[in-house]
Amino acid sequence: MTETQPSAHSNGPAPRKRSTRSPALRRLGRGVMPWLYLMPALIVFTWFKFYPMISGFLMSFYEVKFYDPSVWVGLDNYRAILHDSALLVATWHTIIYVIAETIGAAVLAFFLALALEGPARHVRIIRTAIFVPAITSVAIIAELWRILFNSASYGLVNSFIGLFGIPPQGFLTDPSQALWVLILMSIWKSAPYDMVIFLAGLVSINRELYDAADVDGASRLRKIWHVTLPGIVPAISVVVMLSFIRGFRVFTEVYATTGGGPAGSTSTIMTQIYKVGFEQLNYGYAAAVSFLLLLFTVLMTILHTVLKNRFFG
Amino acid sequence: MKKSPTLKTLQVIVYGLILLIFVGPFWSVLVTAFSGTSLKPGQLTLIPQSFTLENFRIAFFDMKVWRYLLNSLIVVGFGTIAQVLVSALAAYALARKKFRGAAVVTLLILTTLMLPEEVIAIPLYLVTLKPLPIINEPIYNHYAAMILPVVGWAFSIFMLTEFMRAVPKELEEAARIDGANDWQVFGHVILPLIRPALGTVIIFGFIMIWDQYLLPLIVVQDHSLMTLPVALASLRVDPTITPNIIVAATLIAMAPSVIIYLLLQKHFNRGLMAGAVKG
Repeated sequence: MTETQPSAHSNGPAPRKRSTRSPALRRLGRGVMPWLYLMPALIVFTWFKFYPMISGFLMSFYEVKFYDPSVWVGLDNYRAILHDSALLVATWHTIIYVIAETIGAAVLAFFLALALEGPARHVRIIRTAIFVPAITSVAIIAELWRILFNSASYGLVNSFIGLFGIPPQGFLTDPSQALWVLILMSIWKSAPYDMVIFLAGLVSINRELYDAADVDGASRLRKIWHVTLPGIVPAISVVVMLSFIRGFRVFTEVYATTGGGPAGSTSTIMTQIYKVGFEQLNYGYAAAVSFLLLLFTVLMTILHTVLKNRFFG
Repeated sequence: MKKSPTLKTLQVIVYGLILLIFVGPFWSVLVTAFSGTSLKPGQLTLIPQSFTLENFRIAFFDMKVWRYLLNSLIVVGFGTIAQVLVSALAAYALARKKFRGAAVVTLLILTTLMLPEEVIAIPLYLVTLKPLPIINEPIYNHYAAMILPVVGWAFSIFMLTEFMRAVPKELEEAARIDGANDWQVFGHVILPLIRPALGTVIIFGFIMIWDQYLLPLIVVQDHSLMTLPVALASLRVDPTITPNIIVAATLIAMAPSVIIYLLLQKHFNRGLMAGAVKG
């Protein structure tokens, strides 16, 4: 660009630029350069991720006060967790939510992937259309579901099931149904995501296995059971794991629809943390629960990595 | 392979069911938002009648949705740009430079990939109340409080690192022989070559920031700073607002992420395949 060196075409060593600088200075520059590029990232990560993580951990050993200095309480916050019946109920709801949502979304996604596999134009259009729930933000979907599942007899879903002679249901206002409506909503939102991962899994299945199954006279169902399912086990593992990690910290889905109600019937670990932290202002305790949730998430991620390496190399 | 007529009918029924479940709700929302029939709270209509834009006018101007939309666009606009910029710089160092400490930095960033943002909500809220170094001003209740915490995102750093690693060393060497400095290599060689990856990172960053709910909920107090997803819930509290207006507001809130998805769709699946996308 700046100078044309005739020697560039010979076999000699490439001409060095910046030869005016001393070697020591150049080495220093080379050592500092990467950190200059990393600096903005390191600053935002430190200030908004690492520092809150550490301070949250420390906070869990204190009774946080606002005008007086906070009081060190050792493991008291963690001990209190054992006697917190509201949190226990919330944890139970979270577990039901995670398991039902994961299985529901994975099964639905599997059938979606089977039905919508292939490069045909109409299939591609349907795939694009059903992906809209997946990219719409949770709070907006929550707003939609509140209207769709309105408990009045003229609510859309209630009128729909009315066609089949089913009486109007309370849905989000009924303590025995609210959690399941939320689970349904989450399945609806995550199934298209899972489907895309399954579709990629389907593509990677060796076509010859299907041909071999055809030669053996296998039925469609048997092929799905013996060829397709084993072939997408890695994809299933990814889907299940992501859904577990996301599920245990479910917040917006609940907060924006029911706020944990009615009568606490949809409280989850995170809505409980929010309540204790931001409504009762008991930061130390909320931090302790948060830390356990974080620990649990990390353990699950490690477990997943270990299992994945073990089984799929 | 010829398909039998029964199989074909079955297929059409299955497609119809899928569309009914996933697109049906949006259809009812669309029809309701554009129709002038007065509805009871929580009611939707399926049949288009008396077309009107009045609902959108009321939602946009009278309910101040324009204001919340503007807030959201400011947050998502600056957030995405900053996120991609910061990630690209970090990825350049991690992918193309050998230096002591690279493994530690990678590990530290990797840990945040496992970190659910929700569990640091309280300490993060307290951080926004602290005066920021240099400017000596807390960012609480400013746009910055909703933007800065989402700028660092491990997913986009790793995504870009992976793509930058794949750029052949020879191209960089050739540029250096031509006298390009480090910065020029980054801007004129690496970045143009990873354009598809940039597309992926932009769309995921956009949707991730648009989806933020807890963060804007806790770090902003003024109603006039609220983002659209958070403000939507406050609209329905007003009993005079008909469902037509609420769904019109909902549609406005959906539009940006749907538009960005349709525009950058081909970059999308690649990101999903990276597997580790969270939230």
